[in-house]
Amino acid sequence: MSKEEKRQITEIPIGPYHPLQEEPEFFRLKVEGEKVVGLDIEIGYNHRGIEKLAESKHYDQVLFLVERICGICSTSHPFAYVNCVEEICGLDIPLRAKYIRSIVGEMERIHSHMLWLGLAGHFLGYNTVWMWCWKYREPLLELCEKLFGNRQHYAMMKIGGVRRDIDNAGGSAFCREMNLLLPKLDMLQKAIEDDPVLRARLKIAGTLPKKEAVSFCAVGPMARASGIDIDVRRDEPYAAYSMVDWTVPVRTEGDVYAKTMIRLEEMRQSVLIIKQCAEALKKAKGDISVQIKEVPPGEGIGRHEAPRGEVFHYIKSRGGTVPYRHKIRAPSYMNVFTNEYAVVGGTIPDAAITLAAVDPCYCCTERMQAVDGAGRQVYTSKQLIDICREKTFSMKRGKNK
Amino acid sequence: MIIFEYFFYPGILFALVVSLAVSWIDRKVSALVQWRVGPPVMQPVYDLIKLMKKETLIPSGASPVVFLLAPAFSFAALGLVSLILFNSNLYASGFIGDILVVVYLLVVPVFSLIMAGASSANPLASLGASREMKTALSYELPFILALGVVIIKTGGALDIGEIISVQRLSGPVIYSLSGIIAFAVVILCFQAKMMQVPFDISEAEQEIMGGAIIEYSGPPLGFFVVSRWMLMALLPLLAVILFMGGIGSFTGVIKYIAVLVIAILIKNTNPRLRINQTLRLFWGPVTLAAAAGVLLALLGL
Repeated sequence: MSKEEKRQITEIPIGPYHPLQEEPEFFRLKVEGEKVVGLDIEIGYNHRGIEKLAESKHYDQVLFLVERICGICSTSHPFAYVNCVEEICGLDIPLRAKYIRSIVGEMERIHSHMLWLGLAGHFLGYNTVWMWCWKYREPLLELCEKLFGNRQHYAMMKIGGVRRDIDNAGGSAFCREMNLLLPKLDMLQKAIEDDPVLRARLKIAGTLPKKEAVSFCAVGPMARASGIDIDVRRDEPYAAYSMVDWTVPVRTEGDVYAKTMIRLEEMRQSVLIIKQCAEALKKAKGDISVQIKEVPPGEGIGRHEAPRGEVFHYIKSRGGTVPYRHKIRAPSYMNVFTNEYAVVGGTIPDAAITLAAVDPCYCCTERMQAVDGAGRQVYTSKQLIDICREKTFSMKRGKNK
Repeated sequence: MIIFEYFFYPGILFALVVSLAVSWIDRKVSALVQWRVGPPVMQPVYDLIKLMKKETLIPSGASPVVFLLAPAFSFAALGLVSLILFNSNLYASGFIGDILVVVYLLVVPVFSLIMAGASSANPLASLGASREMKTALSYELPFILALGVVIIKTGGALDIGEIISVQRLSGPVIYSLSGIIAFAVVILCFQAKMMQVPFDISEAEQEIMGGAIIEYSGPPLGFFVVSRWMLMALLPLLAVILFMGGIGSFTGVIKYIAVLVIAILIKNTNPRLRINQTLRLFWGPVTLAAAAGVLLALLGL
């Protein structure tokens, strides 16, 4: 014990306000010199009562509510939610809607992983990677705006189908954009594999062995980088995922390097899925949604493999127009705590990138800022929405797709 | 006369103007590498004016005298370095300054940062100070060995004016094998001295939020920021003096900007190293390369 007391332990706070993670999470690193000997995680700064709110809203309104849980996973939660409600109703959605749903889900995965890759570069002090990744992400978001109506929060999901159709020209636009994306992904992968400095920083850092990953219930890329072969899209197929060819990348190292490589490979698989879905969409005729009269009493589970892992929605219905109980489990909730194992024993710089490698959710989809002064116009929220719509329509009109 | 030279031309004021320009070049080139537009020319000036107008906060528990003197020391020492380096370029003869004095003066900013970190009463600041100390320990040895190459190649010249005039007469040091090795070593060491990626471990914004300067605000922070910009302006100049015969004409300016751009490109194409990796890099391969450079120089290569 006396030896224990002699150790000079300093506390390094990361969060709730910290340049590393601009979101309300608090990591209390206990360090001895540069070595991390302990970690306390505090979350729950941003409780918004979404589950309770859902109990007071109509099933269609809940869809928009769950879309606002996260800015980046703005399709994952609605995706899981519609899966859930459709299970209660025992509904089978039209083929066309299945393909469109898969396209939306995979577009989100690509842009989310791209965002993560850029941020990972930033956390390593490699701002060039940051800017380049986000530049490559931009055409994808613009494509989303053109075809789904918005860069984020597309509101494509609907109980019983999808809200907007993608025509043949739209499908071709997806194929074209994906073909343009592949060489960029190759370039990024090569850059990461060949850079000795990057490898020196990422290898071994924040290793999470399979055993620990299982006991922390890690999901998504975190689990797959530690050798756990899980993916909801394959294990319990929904939408069009069982109708197209793709594989689930798995690595066994469990370090940050493996997590990076898994995400790069997943983007490549998403490109494959989108291309196949877009082709199939041209042949699939029919409606994009079915009418649904009411949700019968019962229980349902909806799952979706979000970019960060499995999103889980549970709904208990007692008939009527509102859910009786709505339970949500987001992937970050499981993944963040793996840090307790992965960070301890490493150094502070390793801790910074390991904490970020979990890819906790960010809500950062602010689009525009109006500045007062110097005779400039100040926009009201109504005007901002109008400007936003105008831009989207002009994008749709000009060079259509 | 010497007071005028120290405070105005080519001392503090001149160095300030040059470093503002250099910092703009840094930001503009970084922006171009990163597909951004970059700031307007006057941006560093605006930043500096803004900092000077802000309030100075001294954390309770900090030692105010050390806390406030640290940035002043850093700034004053770099003003003197600027005086010596620019004067040597202008006159290139007679005794103006000794290379050893410059080496000593260039350590002062490091010490002021350590002082700043140690007096801030903040765990992150003391961590930054300890990292800064380790970084300085790692790069000083290869840097001085590489200086040895220059001194040997210029026939034992220690005076900067002499180093320049010898090179102008008999060709720059970099035209030899040992000169190239020493130049590469010096560029790496300067990257660490300038606290740029991959060696900006002591201030690592994403890990320890600025390290030693975390508690600084207002004018003291302004002096630290200007010190960094001045380092960024003066170290490429020193490299040009040591290896390419200084800035005598227009081509000299181009050489200077080329060295500066090399440093900026290194910064923009690398992630940050860990402190143990930095130590291993500088004490291992870099020191060995510098020692090999000295041997080659002794052999006359």
